[in-house]
Amino acid sequence: MISSRMPFASVVVPAVLIAIAILVPILHLSTGTLPTYAVSLFGKYLCYAMLALALDLVWGYCGILSLGHAAFFSLGGYAMGMYLMRQIGSRGVYGDPILPDFMVFLNWKELPWYWWGMDHAWFAFPMIVLVPGALALVFGWLAFRSRVTGVYLSIISQAMTFALLLAFFRNDMGMGGNNGLTDFKEILGFDTGADATRSALFSVTAITLALAYLLCVFVTRSRAGLVIVAIRDAESRARFCGYRVEHYKLFVWTISAMLAGIAGALYVPQVGIINPSEFGTGNSIEAVIWVALGGRGTLWGAIVGAVGVNFVKSWLTNNFPEWWLFALGLMFVLVTLFLPKGIAGLLRLGGIDAFNRKSAAAEAGEARS
Amino acid sequence: MLRILLLAFLLCFGLSAETRADGFDDGLHLLGGKFDDVERGVVILAGSGDQRAGAVLAALQDNRLMVVAGDPPSFFIRQADDSLLDAATLQPAGDAAAGAKAVRVNNRIRRAAEAALGTLNLSSPNAAIRRQAADAVFKARDGEALPALEAALAKERDPDVKAVMETARAAIFLANGQGDEAQRLQAVETIGRRGDPDALAMLRNLANDTSASIREAAAASVSSIEMRQSMLARVQDAIYGISLGSVLLLAAIGLAITFGVMGVINMAHGEMVMLGAYTTYVVQTLFVTYLPDAANWSLIAAVPAAFVVGGLAGVILERTVIRFLYGRPLETLLATFGISLILQQAVRSIFGPTNREVTSPSWMSGSFDILDGLTLTSGRLVIIIFCLAVFLGLLAFIRYSRFGLEMRAVTQNRRMAASMGIRTGLVDALTFGLGSGIAGIAGVALSQIDNVSPNLGQGYIIDSFLVVVFGGVGNLWGTLTGAMAIGIANKLLEPFTGAVLGKIILLVLVILFIQKRPRGLFALKGRAIEA
Amino acid sequence: MSAVSVDRPARDPILYLDGISVTFDGFKALNALSLLLEPGEMRAIIGPNGAGKTTMMDVITGKTRPQKGTARFKGNLDLTRHDEATIARAGIGRKFQKPTVFENHTVFDNLVLAIAGPRDVFSTLFRSIKPRQIERIDAVLETVRLTAARDRPAGDLSHGQKQWLEIGMLLVQEPELLLVDEPVAGMTDLETEATADLLREINKTRSVMVVEHDMTFVRALNVKVTVLHEGSVLAEGSLDQVQSNERVIEVYLGR
Repeated sequence: MISSRMPFASVVVPAVLIAIAILVPILHLSTGTLPTYAVSLFGKYLCYAMLALALDLVWGYCGILSLGHAAFFSLGGYAMGMYLMRQIGSRGVYGDPILPDFMVFLNWKELPWYWWGMDHAWFAFPMIVLVPGALALVFGWLAFRSRVTGVYLSIISQAMTFALLLAFFRNDMGMGGNNGLTDFKEILGFDTGADATRSALFSVTAITLALAYLLCVFVTRSRAGLVIVAIRDAESRARFCGYRVEHYKLFVWTISAMLAGIAGALYVPQVGIINPSEFGTGNSIEAVIWVALGGRGTLWGAIVGAVGVNFVKSWLTNNFPEWWLFALGLMFVLVTLFLPKGIAGLLRLGGIDAFNRKSAAAEAGEARS
Repeated sequence: MLRILLLAFLLCFGLSAETRADGFDDGLHLLGGKFDDVERGVVILAGSGDQRAGAVLAALQDNRLMVVAGDPPSFFIRQADDSLLDAATLQPAGDAAAGAKAVRVNNRIRRAAEAALGTLNLSSPNAAIRRQAADAVFKARDGEALPALEAALAKERDPDVKAVMETARAAIFLANGQGDEAQRLQAVETIGRRGDPDALAMLRNLANDTSASIREAAAASVSSIEMRQSMLARVQDAIYGISLGSVLLLAAIGLAITFGVMGVINMAHGEMVMLGAYTTYVVQTLFVTYLPDAANWSLIAAVPAAFVVGGLAGVILERTVIRFLYGRPLETLLATFGISLILQQAVRSIFGPTNREVTSPSWMSGSFDILDGLTLTSGRLVIIIFCLAVFLGLLAFIRYSRFGLEMRAVTQNRRMAASMGIRTGLVDALTFGLGSGIAGIAGVALSQIDNVSPNLGQGYIIDSFLVVVFGGVGNLWGTLTGAMAIGIANKLLEPFTGAVLGKIILLVLVILFIQKRPRGLFALKGRAIEA
Repeated sequence: MSAVSVDRPARDPILYLDGISVTFDGFKALNALSLLLEPGEMRAIIGPNGAGKTTMMDVITGKTRPQKGTARFKGNLDLTRHDEATIARAGIGRKFQKPTVFENHTVFDNLVLAIAGPRDVFSTLFRSIKPRQIERIDAVLETVRLTAARDRPAGDLSHGQKQWLEIGMLLVQEPELLLVDEPVAGMTDLETEATADLLREINKTRSVMVVEHDMTFVRALNVKVTVLHEGSVLAEGSLDQVQSNERVIEVYLGR
């Protein structure tokens, strides 16, 4: 896709990510030029970038506007959070070796069944992708099979997220209710507060993002990628070509949900908390604007959009908190009206529509080479 | 309530009653003593039959009986306006009451006073008071009241009061094990007919009765009362559901117009509702400041104001943003979401992040009974009627007005409508304004049942979308059905699952429903839809 | 006409429609439509607007489910029970009235998407297309005269070129039955003639059903004609026969 004008994007992006995965820990640990909070903040941005990548895959390439990716992100985050809660062991306020503090507080006598195994990384880490993946599979199977498309799909994905938000707010859910999961002590035996752990988490996030990027490149440049874009542009024609549209959608949707889950899981140890507000409707749509601003249908655009918007958000909320929502709202309006292809579209000269076709064409051309 | 009772005493007996001074005075003096004395005094007062006793006992029960120590002590009744009456004469007390202190009572005394009052009032010439007295006996179930009750029953002519007295007698039989088996069986039946929670509790207590036939009769009666009560509770839930549904209807109907007629998903719709609610607040403030006499009616003035504010916001939104995005529903969704963020923050900046108080006018307070144990507050009723009226008005407007005709024409065939000379751009803007104006009106209704805060719209937008999606796009009757179905289902589920879980279940059900009927309950069918 | 006997002719018709009815909100788009197409046959379908031509194609390709009736492909595939993808894979190709190609893909990629072969996610994800298939695509590009536009986005093509690209896509899809909806609408005379030649060429190896308004074109095809009216068959035969049919004249010209 980027081949004709950005021939190296699929090499440059991973290379840059690997480079910062090495550089940041050096700057943080050896020279101390980077404060710890900045490392965690950048790590958070990269998690958002991965969420944006996941969203771009379904929206930019397959035309499915999901307003439910916050749900997949949060489920991945909760899976990680459960693991981290169990790692606290008897260091909690109540000192119960098995039950997390909030369960002791609520007078629970034993762990609910779904917490089983979450104290082992070998069990908990696969759950990070399996739980969002399973939800996406069931939801997608139901929705795509009955050909729920367009805004209808957006609305029911939003409703799904809203239902989960309500569910996780309940204390009965056994997920910490309102407060969520927090006060983590260690991850894989390392102190979550230690600088070295922070740096390591950042590097892992950057490398995971690089791998996720390569996975997306592989998918979008395969013949399946051609089909996916074809479905976005002319769904019923793709059917008459003999493609089972619902299978392809389900495939992209589930992969995307799993990526979002991984992003959420990497996010939790770096920000130190996961609570139900992560399921908020606003979060899903905010992720959409990252992709829209960066340029949907280009993978690097999603990453740039997520990092860029969040950088602005951090700056504005620190300096002019009142203005952040105005800025975000304006961004939605202006991008949809004037920048339908985002920054990635701007960077390419020529009319936007012409670009649209040419880029996809170029991308497709590369698929076979 | 007790004050009204007191007033009734004064009116009925205060002046003309035949007095048996001894009993009354003896009883009265005992009230100045220890708790045991007071209790004895109460019994004596009740037995005196003196009609002043009623006022004294009611005051005692209500902590309004004052005493000035002495031999004998003198007693005074404190009235609602804090003036004092001499208990012996029921005339204004004057200086004699200086330094009066409240007579100390405990719960035992209060109960005794209540029972005594009951007995006393059973012979009142006023039927309403006799009825209330019988009711009090029913509640107290004091075996000692039985002779008085029997006497009153023998004299009673009013069939309604008589029925209540019979129930009270039945209660005494059952509670104290008085009466023979036949009487007690009869009593079970009488109590069963009463059918309220008191009766239920009493019948449940008979589960260990010595007589098997009584146990059985009581059990049968209990289950039939429980059935009736649970049915009543469901009906009550359904009424709450209709009231929720009518609010949802109002919130969703504007959405149904913009989505159904124009194919536009307006994520800022909830903010139009919010603007309507804030308009209500502003109108109320203006009334309080400039027209305090008419403040009670500010809500009525808020309806057109909210319609104009919402409608204007809608027209501006359509002309500046949405019209450039027709045919791109997903982009419209995003742009309008941006607008919703801007509106929320704008309102937050102007009015502050906290809730604003919108008071309910007096004509919306109060409630009335529809059936035994089934009440409806006036506020709810007004909202239900108001929502349905707006709905029907809108329906008529779309069907019979020139604008409605043009609107339907544009929906069905935009190009053809344009070539017939209809200015489609204007119709689009006005349609959007209409939908948003109705949202503003919904805000007026919501200001009565929810907090007026910048997030007001957010709480209803998802439900409104579900209503539209469930009911089917482009069909206002579908919206009505959808709103009522979701409202009622919500409230019917709540008692079983709790509010949150009920909501989750409902969301999941609607999601599953959309699988079966992707275009809603009242979907248009045919080729045109796919094109 | 309704119940055809159980013992079918020795050779199954490639397309068998019997008593098909489709109703949209009370409007009968198809009314007990019955139609047979023999293998290797080319048939022209004509009829006034609203006669049910497009709905019939929708039924055959699985887009619309009839309320009543039987629809079979090659005697064994029940067309009323499968979705578009299955029916397409089974060998029915469809060309739309309005040319629909994947505008963001190059001409070549459009053909890659259409070419016969496994269509499941796994295959398209992990297997690239074979050199033999590329040769086939290039050959078809030659046939539909789009070799020069091979690497251009399909969205940049002219209207006529898009029509041809779509036909090319159908060719590489290798269907046994090809449904063509108004292929020459908006074409120049020269293009129309070339299209007729192309369809005749295609008909050498597969069955074709053409819906068309353009009588010159139908005459040029020189095949059996079926006239649809109000959702059922009004007349069948050569173009001359149907044109002299009283009822057809009545429907087309009014009294």
